Amino acid sequence: MSEENSTPKTTKDKKPARRFRERWRALLTPLMAIVTALILGAVVIVVTDTSVYEAFEEGFGVGLGRAVEVIATAYGAFFSGAFGNPGRMVNGLRIWIQTGDGRAWTQSLYPITETLRYATPLIFAGLAVALGFRGGLFNIGAEGQYFIAGLTTVFVGYALTGVPWFIHAPLALLAGILGGAVWGVIPGYLKAKTGAHEVINTIMLNYISFRFAEYMLDVGGPMARGDGRPVSPLVQPSARLAQFFPSNADIRFNIGFILALLAAVFVYWLLFKTTIGYEIRTVGQNPRAAKYAGMSVSRTIVLTMALSGGLAGLAASTDILGVIGFMPNAFSSGYGFDAIALALLGNSHPFGVVLASLLFGALQAGARNMQGVARVPLDLTDILQGLIIIFIAAPAIIRALYRIRTAESGEEVVMTRGWGQM
Amino acid sequence: MNNDNFKDTRRARGLGIAFLVFAALMLILFLPGTTGKQQTTFAFDLELSRALPIGNLTFSTQGMLYLLAVLAVFLGAWQLAKGFKQADLILGVVVTLFVLAFLTWAARDRSVNMTGMLQATLLRAVPITLAALSGVMCERCAVINIGIEGMMLIGAFTSALVGSIGKSMWVGLIAALLAGGLMGALLAVLAIRYKVNQIIAGTAINILATGLTSYFSSRYLQVIHELNRPPTFSPLPLPVLSRIPILGPVLFTNTVPVYLMLILVLVIHVVLFYTRWGLRTRAVGEHPKAADTLGVDVIKTRYINVILGGMIAGLGGAYLVLSSVARFDENMTAGRGFIGLAAMIFGKWNPIGSLGASLIFGFADSLRTNLAILRVPIPSQFLLMAPYLVTMIVLAGVVGRAIAPAADGEPYEKQ
Amino acid sequence: MPPVLELRGITKRFPGVLANDRIDLTLEEGQVLALLGENGAGKSTLMNILYGLYKPDEGEIFVRGKKADIHGPGDAIALGIGMVHQHFMLVPVLTVTENVMLGMEPIKQKLFLDREAAARRIRTISEQYGLDVDPYALVGDLPVGIQQRVEIIKLLYRQADILILDEPTAVLTPQEVLGLFQVIRSLLAKGKSIIFITHKLKEVLEISDNIVVLRGGRVAGTALPQKSNERSLASLMVGREVILTVPKEEAQPKEPVLEVENLRVKGEGAHIAVHDISFDVRAGEIVGVAGVQGNGQTELVESLTGLRPAQSGVVRLLGKDVTHASPRVITEAGAAHVPEDRQRDGLVLSYPVADNLILNTYYLPPIAQKMLMQEPAIQQNAERLVAEYDVRTPSVLTPVGSLSGGNQQKVIVARELSRMGQLVVAAQPTRGLDVGSIEYIHSQLVRKRDAGAAVLLVSAELDEILSLADRIIVMFEGRIMDIVPIEKATREDLGLLMAGVHPDEHSADAAAVKEAA
Repeated sequence: MSEENSTPKTTKDKKPARRFRERWRALLTPLMAIVTALILGAVVIVVTDTSVYEAFEEGFGVGLGRAVEVIATAYGAFFSGAFGNPGRMVNGLRIWIQTGDGRAWTQSLYPITETLRYATPLIFAGLAVALGFRGGLFNIGAEGQYFIAGLTTVFVGYALTGVPWFIHAPLALLAGILGGAVWGVIPGYLKAKTGAHEVINTIMLNYISFRFAEYMLDVGGPMARGDGRPVSPLVQPSARLAQFFPSNADIRFNIGFILALLAAVFVYWLLFKTTIGYEIRTVGQNPRAAKYAGMSVSRTIVLTMALSGGLAGLAASTDILGVIGFMPNAFSSGYGFDAIALALLGNSHPFGVVLASLLFGALQAGARNMQGVARVPLDLTDILQGLIIIFIAAPAIIRALYRIRTAESGEEVVMTRGWGQM
Repeated sequence: MNNDNFKDTRRARGLGIAFLVFAALMLILFLPGTTGKQQTTFAFDLELSRALPIGNLTFSTQGMLYLLAVLAVFLGAWQLAKGFKQADLILGVVVTLFVLAFLTWAARDRSVNMTGMLQATLLRAVPITLAALSGVMCERCAVINIGIEGMMLIGAFTSALVGSIGKSMWVGLIAALLAGGLMGALLAVLAIRYKVNQIIAGTAINILATGLTSYFSSRYLQVIHELNRPPTFSPLPLPVLSRIPILGPVLFTNTVPVYLMLILVLVIHVVLFYTRWGLRTRAVGEHPKAADTLGVDVIKTRYINVILGGMIAGLGGAYLVLSSVARFDENMTAGRGFIGLAAMIFGKWNPIGSLGASLIFGFADSLRTNLAILRVPIPSQFLLMAPYLVTMIVLAGVVGRAIAPAADGEPYEKQ
Repeated sequence: MPPVLELRGITKRFPGVLANDRIDLTLEEGQVLALLGENGAGKSTLMNILYGLYKPDEGEIFVRGKKADIHGPGDAIALGIGMVHQHFMLVPVLTVTENVMLGMEPIKQKLFLDREAAARRIRTISEQYGLDVDPYALVGDLPVGIQQRVEIIKLLYRQADILILDEPTAVLTPQEVLGLFQVIRSLLAKGKSIIFITHKLKEVLEISDNIVVLRGGRVAGTALPQKSNERSLASLMVGREVILTVPKEEAQPKEPVLEVENLRVKGEGAHIAVHDISFDVRAGEIVGVAGVQGNGQTELVESLTGLRPAQSGVVRLLGKDVTHASPRVITEAGAAHVPEDRQRDGLVLSYPVADNLILNTYYLPPIAQKMLMQEPAIQQNAERLVAEYDVRTPSVLTPVGSLSGGNQQKVIVARELSRMGQLVVAAQPTRGLDVGSIEYIHSQLVRKRDAGAAVLLVSAELDEILSLADRIIVMFEGRIMDIVPIEKATREDLGLLMAGVHPDEHSADAAAVKEAA
């Protein structure tokens, strides 16, 4: 028992300034990844704008000016689409105070509520993938879990009648959780029992669920509305989630967002404050050590996939009960891939996922406005997302680009191992 | 050792029983709906075909069902009594008998064109096989490629755009190869140089490819239609060979990309198992350090294989445009890259196995259209699910265990 | 004539470690140079530099008097340098021929592999050096001893005349060692030169012409086998007179804690690794399990601790049948387990020390109340154990992966021995550790014994067994050869038993093995 080892107090002495600097450095890479992606996005916008070429023919300065103008218009539309126009907000507030008419004020909030609305299912899906990552599982199946949960949610939503909203809505949400969980348990069980890699199985299940949803909702299918359109019947009003601005039909911002935030807190609590979370993380980090420690690796894998699938299911439930009101056929939500980006961007931490989802929500809302106002195709968001994933996954690129020092690494999440291994 | 034998005998018996179950199913499922007078016709001649006509085959529906069931019973009994050496192959035969029984039943009082169905099977299998070959190239040297879908999409887009501008399908084809190779290089750099998790790298490539192709498509191809009208390959019947009945129209009256695919399967098989490069590639995929200590350049081997894999995926995309629809549509690959991945696993990471698996998946696809014609009340969606289900079953080890190269997915640390 | 190989001032730094510090080395033609040193002394690093796998930061290499630039294995091979790595570099799914020719494949018709030509050469080499092997066998199907032959054939196929053998005897039985030494002699007779890396003193004295001892990355000294003995080499190797005994009282065995009857366990694949063995371990004694690595010890430990299913037989812990119990049940019944592969099984490297210290008690009060983890209790537990078991860590929140091997093992020992366990199963508890940590862990095991626990110690180091155990179980090919009380144990007898020979059945073979051991 020598002197030098009785030093556990040193950690507490860590200077707040240094901690802050470490946090900042950890945040810097994702931040620069986003900035770099936006810059490259701007390059794509300029390069594909014919008016810029025409301007360059008139002269270099003119061309440069036009290029800046194009970017400004596009990203201007982007930001006002994502966060709203401050001038209009102030104006709306003034009218409200002066005349008591709040319509202009609520309307000015439309862009920011759209961002939050888009962020809602993203938070759920991102949490689903992040939870999987923590448990050493790569759930590419959020998309499929979304579809199945959509079917179960919408079925409970329209088939159940005469139930008060405080029972109906939770039941419909629960149906979504169960649908997603079941679809998540299948690859989890196969992984635990046969070692079959969950990446392949979740991809396969995505396509199976896609076809299955198509069959259910196709004209003449078991869940089709019956008016010749391949969509489900409308959900009963009692199953709809409460809206924040029921007076304004444009604004579809609803209680689902609060549920998403609660889900993030729940996942955080589960992962870091409970024995179940300790088991999930241990299995994710070192399954052999987990087995050694007396944990049931198979059970934990199945549980992780069930929770992950359930979260992905809630993305569908809140979309259908809060926004759409029915289940359309063959709509590729794209949440599956977005969710992977979100989990990566948020470093598989629930609160990181929330931040990343808000960003992606803003990207979605902004890009829609950008398409409308600046005629820049919506698909730019996919390009930006792809680039962000690359830069986050290969931080060496960003660090080399901006000469950032390496952040101190703590518990790194094991994303996945090769096909063969557990 | 004893235990292995025990497992083997149990599996052999299980297969034998499975064969008998298939035989029983043929009778239980298909016999009740038929009458003794019904006849089924299998047609073999195609219109506009150069093949020598051989006429149709018409037979009693019930007679054929009994015949097929008896064959399956025989195989099952043999398997139980003596056992086949290549039981998996016999399983394939029994499944084929079952499918024939199904067709016999479905086409009672009608006619189904077998040659046409085989032709459709091959054509639908082409992009899947190319995707699977791309996967084989990458995974044999231990780089997981789930970005095949994106690489195909880029290949399809490039072939449409460049083919339209150059007014030549050949130019389009070469451009698609280059573009696919470029995407392969991106995967290689991320996976090898930056040691990015390969599944994430592949996902990023898929998203990026979707974004890029859709963006440029709505900026250019949908605005200027001349940019989306590439000339296409027309079928090139091979002399003499194309006149063989059945085989002629199916195998020897195809477009250049189809021939390329068939040649590639053979070439990759030979390269992988009979040449220096192949031996080194396999060693790198199984035990990179061992290869390194013998002077094999692991990094170079991986780069070249992954780039070639990207080019093959690009070819797969080009096929969809230049041999098929003559136009690029957003997300036109529609998951074929992922089915290819499944075919690669089903085919046990072998080129010929991949072709076989792709043909099965292609058959499920072509069966779907035929069933619609025959008015069989099976929702087409369920047939489309089949490849995915089969892959999951194979992966779970129910039918033959699929084992990936040992180092698959692991970056190589040279220290 | 210049020496066939000369290293001058080789220095290699890894982050935080000086692995090789100005190392000089000379190998004469037709001789065996033994490179002796503890784990972590820098032997493997030096040889990897020579083989071009690492780049030295400083220093020069001369081959046959000429300065050599070795940038990769290809260069080393071209200079006639070949290496048999400690972990074999063989591809199990390829055949012997394919493994051997990889990188130097004969080609026919300008394109295709000429397997036949390669196989013919392998046969020739086999005959020349007495290395019998089937060129078309799959390497994965071959036993370890034969795989080693394939490795040596790989070098000879490349016409290497400087052969580096990295710990070649670690996985061999004494007979196989004997065979290897014969091969080495036939290689020397044909003019090859050999660098033999090991930490086993007896082998060095038997086979080498010259000895270089490494310690802490430096040359600690050189010696000639004729003028050395084990004690002098050992002290060079560890830097001081080695203490070969652990101070302890005589054991006071009481009631049996662990009882094993006719236990049979399957290994990887389908072979039977543990063959119907029976023994017991009593409270207050240390039972050592001796044997060459790979004779069923690993599977035995895994089966006793619930990590591997038993095929048949009975295991009782304090009278309770735990044959088919899960690790959790066995732990709760009072067993502690220091696993063989500490990083793979015993620790979560990314977790802080504190979280590793609760790995198998995380769900019990006071660490958890119901399903809620109690942060203060975890912290307290960690601080107490870190102090009590002398774990040198900057803080209890430091990731365990950043600690030294010795301190990582102390974390495991602290966790396992601090529980109220009646049985301690310790597998290779000191492998690869520094002498200080070894002494500490030994003393802790003895302390646990004296406190009344039953200790089952599995070790590949005979010295460790001899200095700690009260009774010794010798395993060979999954069977118990004999159970020897410490008073009657001699190194020679144990060596024979480990080779599968009973000392009383004296035969010509036994005598030969004795000589080798």
